[in-house]
Amino acid sequence: MKYFDYLDYLEAEAMYILRETAGQFERPALLFSGGKDSITLVHLALKAFRPGKLPFPLVHIDTGHNFPEAIAFRDALVEKTGAELIVGYVQDSIDQGKVVEPTGKYASRNALQSVTLLDTIQAHAFDACIGGARRDEEKARAKERIFSHRDEFGQWQPKKQRPELWNIYNGSLRKGEHMRVFPISNWTELDVWHYILREGIELPSLYFAHRRECILRDGQLLANSDFIYKDEQDVIVEKKVRFRTVGDMTCTAAVESDAETVEQVIEEIKAARTTERGTRVDDQMSEAAMEDRKKQGYF
Amino acid sequence: MDILRFLTAGNVDDGKSTLIGRMLYDSHALLEDQIQAIARASKSKGLPEDEIDLSLITDGLRDERQQGITIDVAYKYFHTDKRKFIIADTPGHVQYTRNMVTGASNCQLAIILVDARNGVTEQTRRHSYVSALLGIPHFVICVNKMDLVDYSQQRFEEIVADYRAMAQSMSVQEVTFIPISALKGDNVVHRSSRMPWYMGKPLLQHLEEVPVTDDLNYELTRFQVQYIIRPKDDRFHDYRGYAGRMMSGTLKVGDAVMVYPAGMMTTVTGIELGGQPLEETQAPMSATLLLADDIDISRGDYIFKPEQMPAIVNEVEADICWLDQKPLMQGGKYWLQHHSKKVQCRVESIIYKTDIHSLQAVENQPFLAMNDIGRVRLRLAEELCIDDYRTNRATGSAILIDSATFNTVAAVMMRVKS
Repeated sequence: MKYFDYLDYLEAEAMYILRETAGQFERPALLFSGGKDSITLVHLALKAFRPGKLPFPLVHIDTGHNFPEAIAFRDALVEKTGAELIVGYVQDSIDQGKVVEPTGKYASRNALQSVTLLDTIQAHAFDACIGGARRDEEKARAKERIFSHRDEFGQWQPKKQRPELWNIYNGSLRKGEHMRVFPISNWTELDVWHYILREGIELPSLYFAHRRECILRDGQLLANSDFIYKDEQDVIVEKKVRFRTVGDMTCTAAVESDAETVEQVIEEIKAARTTERGTRVDDQMSEAAMEDRKKQGYF
Repeated sequence: MDILRFLTAGNVDDGKSTLIGRMLYDSHALLEDQIQAIARASKSKGLPEDEIDLSLITDGLRDERQQGITIDVAYKYFHTDKRKFIIADTPGHVQYTRNMVTGASNCQLAIILVDARNGVTEQTRRHSYVSALLGIPHFVICVNKMDLVDYSQQRFEEIVADYRAMAQSMSVQEVTFIPISALKGDNVVHRSSRMPWYMGKPLLQHLEEVPVTDDLNYELTRFQVQYIIRPKDDRFHDYRGYAGRMMSGTLKVGDAVMVYPAGMMTTVTGIELGGQPLEETQAPMSATLLLADDIDISRGDYIFKPEQMPAIVNEVEADICWLDQKPLMQGGKYWLQHHSKKVQCRVESIIYKTDIHSLQAVENQPFLAMNDIGRVRLRLAEELCIDDYRTNRATGSAILIDSATFNTVAAVMMRVKS
């Protein structure tokens, strides 16, 4: 019997889930944020359906406060793969008066994304949204099924989750409901990086050490940009940094780093004393910040 | 490096979450911000300054933390140099048995915790029965809280004897007993100096070394089609790839195969992974097959070797765990999902319900209620290709779906008379 590495198992499982999604749903979509997890998902999806095209579009929910590197990368990836790209703009939701732009020092459009996402899902009648969330990221995510049912309000109801048995995924839905599908649930941050190394997957330059002007606030380094409210207590510093996770510029903190290659990033993560989500300002708001956002339709 | 998937089960206060917290903590899988977060939460629960409640690692939902219990399965990940581990932390409460079944269906090993003071209880029996019914090949009975019985060898051996007597009536395949204290860390990651009489391995070492490939069937070749790849562009004009997963067994280019329900024989002319050709593939890999003949093949269809025919059935006996609040009724109609195939079915009869206290079969039951386990006969609207669950977990398993609510209402383990 041939020996299979754990990455082979994880890849096989993810491909199986992606094919179940394409097989079971009428209008699936892949939620693409420009981060390493959704880039890995696109790679897995191309592998699952090659030499055919991707049987679903990429959907990006654009807060308008993106890193320019991430947008450039997104557009290049779409160009290279021939994938269909659909963008939902948070600015549109603000203009329509559906959400109110937060103000003040900790203002971020991150939470507003849920409204834009649900509107985009409804507008395109998507019945399944594939996402790159991993259960190791956060304690509420550790509880989530791979096929995660959302009711007609887009809510996740943790106490009413469908039992998920073996690798049999129940994608049955009533009108107005949809499914969130997480093919890399069982991967950890390190698994993703090992897979990126093995497969030679390209990433935005943000993930590798570079010099950048940062705002030092509450012990975290935020990328200096016009999107962030600054006052006299904020110290602007130039540091050699990289990002472990990429959300928008207002909610993603950088880490000081010298890791310029995938191998160096892996070594750095192995030695790290904090988790990936430790750099996400949005998760630090309260004990159950992620659970609360997910109940309202967040990724 | 390979992967071991295991679950932890036990009574409500037997220390499952503490054990997982201990494994993660002692194997350095917990990082500073996570430790700080649970330290903050421990303090707000009123624990002394220097004590942290490791169980807070797994109880991630607001209600769980407030009530101090585990409601739903939590999946946790860690690795050592030898293995990657996926833990399904399953709830101990009787009313959450359905979540334990969810966790158990994907696991190769079950850790069942027994409180050294209380010994083998009804929940131990229930968790062992469910784990055995779901075909988990390896059991580890962790006799926990040894610190509270003065690390007594005699007490440990009494529990081992009691467990063996209880498990006799179940088809438990392989059992290992380990005396531990999850709270103090004895025999979890490190060998305990307080139990010199224990000659076995500490828990983590056992988890690293137990052989786990034996839960897949490598003999019977079974492939199910999930999706048909037809690029329809100039370069791949006539390409028809059958994308799916090797549920069990192996396939090579050149193998003669039978396609069902078309009932036709053909030959495998190509095997691909991500567009790259392979000479062979095996469970549990995802692959794309190319076949010599143009046969009518749809999603959910089966491909196997003709010399290893599966059972082709339109009526089947099955052990089921009922998971829904609305009971299973005799004569009720449901959807049965056999991986990528979904067919209608009707419950012809409830053969018996298993009394979870005595493990005896109780006949003449008009329904099965939530958390009941029993045997039923199902009539199927279309034929399925199946194997007995006990020889092939992949092809012997299915779920029932309520046709009104679309909820997953039962775990189905099919039986084939040999």
